[in-house]
Amino acid sequence: MEILKIKKDDLSKGLDALKKSYRLFGPAKTESCHEFKRLEQDEQPDFNFSNTRLSPKAIIYPQSETMFTYSLDENDEDAHILKEVNSLDAPQAVIGIRPCDADAFLLVKRNFDAPDYKDPYWLNAYAKTTLVGLACEKPCPTCFCTTAGSGPFSERGVDILLADAGDDYLAKVITDKGSALAKAAGWDAPSDPDSATEEIERLKTAAEEKISSHVETDHLDKIDTTALHQAPFWEDTAFACINCGTCTFLCPTCWCFDIQDETCGAKGERLRNWDSCMFPIFTVHGTGHNPRGTKKQRVRQRFMHKLKYYVDKYEIGIQCVGCGRCIRSCPVNIDIRKICNLMNHYKPDTVEEPAS
Amino acid sequence: MLGYIDKIREIAKGILENNKVDMVIGFRQGTVPMMNEPCIIKRPEDVDNLVWDGNCGINLANYLPGRTEKIGVIAKGCDSRNIVNHIIENKINREQLYIIGVPCKGMTDRHKLAALAAGEIVAVEESANSVMIKGADFENTFPKHDVMQQNCLKCTHRNPVIYDALAVDLADEQTDIDRYADVRQIEELSVEAKQQHFTDLFAACIRCYACRNACPLCYCPTCFVDESRPQWLGKGQDAIDIHTFHFLRAFHCAGRCTDCGACERACPVGINMRTLTKKLEKDCADLYNWEAGLTLDTRPPLDMYDVGDSDAFIK
Ligand code: SF4
Ligand code: SF4
Ligand code: SF4
Ligand code: SF4
Repeated sequence: MEILKIKKDDLSKGLDALKKSYRLFGPAKTESCHEFKRLEQDEQPDFNFSNTRLSPKAIIYPQSETMFTYSLDENDEDAHILKEVNSLDAPQAVIGIRPCDADAFLLVKRNFDAPDYKDPYWLNAYAKTTLVGLACEKPCPTCFCTTAGSGPFSERGVDILLADAGDDYLAKVITDKGSALAKAAGWDAPSDPDSATEEIERLKTAAEEKISSHVETDHLDKIDTTALHQAPFWEDTAFACINCGTCTFLCPTCWCFDIQDETCGAKGERLRNWDSCMFPIFTVHGTGHNPRGTKKQRVRQRFMHKLKYYVDKYEIGIQCVGCGRCIRSCPVNIDIRKICNLMNHYKPDTVEEPAS
Repeated sequence: MLGYIDKIREIAKGILENNKVDMVIGFRQGTVPMMNEPCIIKRPEDVDNLVWDGNCGINLANYLPGRTEKIGVIAKGCDSRNIVNHIIENKINREQLYIIGVPCKGMTDRHKLAALAAGEIVAVEESANSVMIKGADFENTFPKHDVMQQNCLKCTHRNPVIYDALAVDLADEQTDIDRYADVRQIEELSVEAKQQHFTDLFAACIRCYACRNACPLCYCPTCFVDESRPQWLGKGQDAIDIHTFHFLRAFHCAGRCTDCGACERACPVGINMRTLTKKLEKDCADLYNWEAGLTLDTRPPLDMYDVGDSDAFIK
């Protein structure tokens, strides 16, 4: 694994060079926060941010994506035939993605790249995308990545990891995709490997020490699923929730979608749109029956999925990277840290104090 | 507003102890700054979990429809007006409720404070006239007036309009308020400029529907935006579909919206969709001399026909 040294000035030069062959995305300042956006010819990413309000998942998994187009015009020779749309063919790169968000792509890959089902849309976009991570030096007070299986210097999921070392970035090139991008950008100055490794370790330790929020997950796999499902705390936990889609739409690890046909005149598209387990109609059957008809059932589903079913199914931790977005943006303060700890410490046979 | 909590707890405790209610709906301390969490208190010994400050902007009337218990509910001016709406619309019975009225001094604007802060806010301290925010490497104090929710700045019904007990004496209402300056500004735009205005306004909308779901008026079992047979509007990120959602939702709130601001407060991307509901509020005031949720004695104008109704808009 190679560690390059990129002078801060050379970063933008390199990015300009990259724009010839890659579509670039990076954090940009909006009126009130930062969001990832396409970087046009004269634009550079703004690294003066903690994290973006929305996760960058839409770059690979758009909120609304056309899968097919069709025509209902009988005179059309292709009438009633679903036609595939041209999929993304140019390479793209996300510059300045936070390690938790890059990690999240690996996490959702388990869903889109399963042994028995491969999602062509997601996989194609993922294959075309290079992730240039930016290690976090100043984690937010609501970030709990280190106890959610990720971390401010996590190298999982990124192709290159940049660490801010004052006048330079130390760029750890992790994958072949990463080295191809570094080459195209003209970043080739090597660093002294020993001192660079040491410097990155030092920055990493300093950043990890700044993480002030944590979750406990060590018992989740041991608790009986049915008992947890029936735990008395769900009513109190779910009370405030208004069942909006904020938490799931902002979350880098939420992957659910809905498919809808939209017809305008004789032409139409088949779209897949993000969906949310918090929406009442998410589980409505064709008969009209809704197995998750109440708010409590929906809130419980979100947390049971992330913190129990996923844990049991994949045996690699929780379905959450600890980015803290759902905590920061939930309009009524439903806090996954609190609920994770409640679940982790739940003892089915002790009599629970009804929380209030 | 600070300091009301002792009285609120006392009232809540009393009605729980006397079994006047099965539960009290209020706010408990949030886990992050500027966010208190709506909660239910069922036991008298738990009333100390209740809090009251400038971060109680979510409208608690939203938690009432369909409940069958006897409920104590804490109500600011706007919440109480939405409770009136619910009673008129048969979403809850007056007899089920014990309303703990809280004369309100306005709620802090969490979006504005977040935008003013030079990082994530870790603590907020509120005093009678100012709000201080603290983060890892910043600390700022703002006059309360500058960081109050826009709707609260223009609020003329801070006092609850219906209540069984009061947390504090009724407050003076704000007078000489021009509620509709922002609406008039948009009304005066050309058609093209208006279109641009709304395109810009809703550009960041992610259709999470937090605005709709935070709204006490939006209680339909299945909202028109969610229906898919028939599909009243597209479900993707098409701008026209997004505008249609917002415009139609606002129309559904006509004559009912109390401008409590819960929608704007809830929006994760800070969109001011209230300009739409305010336009309809203004129309209801101009056409029917109507303000929503002030009385149980009159049906709202869009519920009924009166020969005297204005027909000036028929061209
Ligand atoms: S937890 Fe919060 S963000 Fe998620 S659906 Fe409930 S209210 Fe919305
Ligand atoms: S559940 Fe919340 S903290 Fe975890 S990855 Fe999703 S948004 Fe981030
Ligand atoms: S709208 Fe009025 S009553 Fe409601 S929170 Fe604001 S100031 Fe208080
Ligand atoms: S809350 Fe905001 S982002 Fe969500 S649907 Fe409403 S306006 Fe759009």
